[in-house]
Amino acid sequence: MSKTLIRGAKVLGGDPQDVLIDGAVVEAVGRNLPAEGAEVVEADGKVLLPGLVDLHTHLREPGREDSETVLTGTRAAASGGYTNVFAMANTFPVADTAGVVEQVWRLGQESGYCDVQPIGAVTVGLEGAKLAELGAMHESAAGVTVFSDDGKCVHDAVIMRRALEYVKAFGGVVAQHAQEPRLTEGAQMNEGVVSAELGLGGWPAVAEESVIARDVLLAEHVGSRVHICHLSTAGSVEIVRWAKSRGIDVTAEVTPHHLLLTDELVRSYNPVYKVNPPLRTERDVMALREALADGTIDIVATDHAPHPHEDKDCEWAAAAMGMVGLETALSVVQETMVDTGLLDWAGVADRMSFKPAQIGQATGHGRPVSAGEPANLTLVESAYRGQVDPAGFASRSRNTPYEGRELPGRVTHTWLRGKATLVDGKLT
Amino acid sequence: MQRHLISAADLTRDDAVLILDTAEEMARVADRPIKKLPTLRGRTVVNLFFEDSTRTRISFEAAEKRLSADVINFTAKGSSVSKGESLKDTAQTLEAMGVDAVVIRHGASGAPYRLATSGWIDAAVVNAGDGTHQHPTQALLDAFTVRRRLVGRDTGLGKDLDGRRITLVGDILHSRVARSNVDLLHTLGAEVTLVAPPTLLPVGVETWPCEVSYDLDSTLPKSDAVMLLRVQRERMNAAFFPTEREYSRRYGLDGDRMAKMPDHAVVMHPGPMVRGMEITAEVADSDRCTAVEQVTNGVSIRMAVLYLLLGGNEPAVSHARTTEEK
Ligand SMILES: [Zn+2]
Repeated sequence: MSKTLIRGAKVLGGDPQDVLIDGAVVEAVGRNLPAEGAEVVEADGKVLLPGLVDLHTHLREPGREDSETVLTGTRAAASGGYTNVFAMANTFPVADTAGVVEQVWRLGQESGYCDVQPIGAVTVGLEGAKLAELGAMHESAAGVTVFSDDGKCVHDAVIMRRALEYVKAFGGVVAQHAQEPRLTEGAQMNEGVVSAELGLGGWPAVAEESVIARDVLLAEHVGSRVHICHLSTAGSVEIVRWAKSRGIDVTAEVTPHHLLLTDELVRSYNPVYKVNPPLRTERDVMALREALADGTIDIVATDHAPHPHEDKDCEWAAAAMGMVGLETALSVVQETMVDTGLLDWAGVADRMSFKPAQIGQATGHGRPVSAGEPANLTLVESAYRGQVDPAGFASRSRNTPYEGRELPGRVTHTWLRGKATLVDGKLT
Repeated sequence: MQRHLISAADLTRDDAVLILDTAEEMARVADRPIKKLPTLRGRTVVNLFFEDSTRTRISFEAAEKRLSADVINFTAKGSSVSKGESLKDTAQTLEAMGVDAVVIRHGASGAPYRLATSGWIDAAVVNAGDGTHQHPTQALLDAFTVRRRLVGRDTGLGKDLDGRRITLVGDILHSRVARSNVDLLHTLGAEVTLVAPPTLLPVGVETWPCEVSYDLDSTLPKSDAVMLLRVQRERMNAAFFPTEREYSRRYGLDGDRMAKMPDHAVVMHPGPMVRGMEITAEVADSDRCTAVEQVTNGVSIRMAVLYLLLGGNEPAVSHARTTEEK
């Protein structure tokens, strides 16, 4: 088997060390490791992290291959330093049967760039009415453990309660997209000062917060664990903080864009800023950063949502919701959390690799960088600064809100079980 | 002035006064036997209406024709343009035809802004109403009407609306007319009060440069002009108010309420009126109601806007005089 020596990398941001990869595993971590027979990667000044894990990715296949496929999406993931992504269920057909999740899982295996763990739908067709065959999806080759109707909220309290209870039988978790549907009919952006001026339908914070409050109480009542997708408001943070203090088994994620962007950007009416949940206010952004730093929010998840050009090159109301995020996530987290002093690199490893792997029960991912562990690794040039150029994306879609924006950090290498998927910023 | 007219908020006080003064010049042309000016001869203006509004389209069309522009009417039927791409496609078609100005009406807030800023088209863009966002020429014609009535046709020239108390009543939440008027009237120095049930006021209204009240009766004696906004009956199905009757009892303007207004105060309505809802027939037909004048003034205002945007550097009317003397 081939050997790779990563020389002088700051492992999790610590003192420089060498990391020797042998085959699919980390053979040794230490100083002055022998380079004989190994390909050497000089990592002076760079930060070595465990391969990133994204609990919330839309790969669009099957059904919307014009915006992304499992192959292009996993290439984008490898570019962004990810070694494992969880693929959301809102495909066409919906991933609500063992057959569809196995198909997605197999496509991931074939891609070779990044492991793909399918998420199963909670309800048939994401319609919120009838439980999908959660057990069958779990028992399939895909081994689904995370279930979500993401894009839609499991709004019926009884269905949500049953789903939370039912998946306990096999240790699954329900990931809720918290959006009260009646309060968000016709909603186009965060409801507040900016929506009032722009005349765009308001998306109130309470539509998210009320569902989260209900679901943590349901989880407590039935003794289940619940995961909350993409928290976007200061109020949601308060509810999750309260729930955790009460001992409720809740975990939560935040997207990179909600850590950086606010609804002021919507003044441009440019649909690249149209996303669900919507961009909120500065106050919300600050609360989310703080919550990610203090652990109230457990993880960063991209909600990578590719859309073809024509779905964004139009007026606001007609545009699709969502942003691509896999290839910019780490840079945005560095900008908002590391360079601001809120989180160190060990904290980034925790929020973007260890914890998401734990929540999703990903095997072989989110492991420490130490001898005997699978060699899923990401090397980051943290001193780099550059403008985001979507033309260079590996994703099939370009709907990024960061075009032309200067961001820090760049992933130069990614290894999936010892095999380099990204070398010097180029996919292999 | 900027190259486009997208939002009343984009206008400075001086821009707005210039438009009102220019509109007075245009209005004088309307009093002559020959109502046409050669100002925009050879220029092409497209009325691009994605939303039905015969009133507004006719008003723009009359303004364009009086300025001798070549006029193209493009009316897209509701459903076929619900998909966004056709705005871009249509824009590029018009661009290829070499139009000089696009007057756009669209159901989606921000569509005129997108049209003006996305590089799809080079023409000047005039917003003729977008979603629940803005309707700047309506606000201009309202300000024009207020100035004429309260300051005077000739004495008003060069003046703004400093200190005039203007009350807007009705569905503020869904009203582009309200948003435009709050912006413009504030810029012109007026004191604006919004009156509506709390359900029909947007969250965030507290940051607008105006007062907000839920009580019409206490506001009327302090109003120099009361502007009524149309309230669609369907709103009650979405629980914005219980019944039509209760709405008109609490927020409708009838004769008794009108009597509480100062003697000089006027009643305005952008039309179309829902008689029996926000306004009684008695008020609508009284000589304090300016609804018909507003329609007339709309043509003058739209002439002024098109003239100023399409860049006549010389004064429009003196130019006209020489033509007439030929
Ligand atoms: Zn979602």
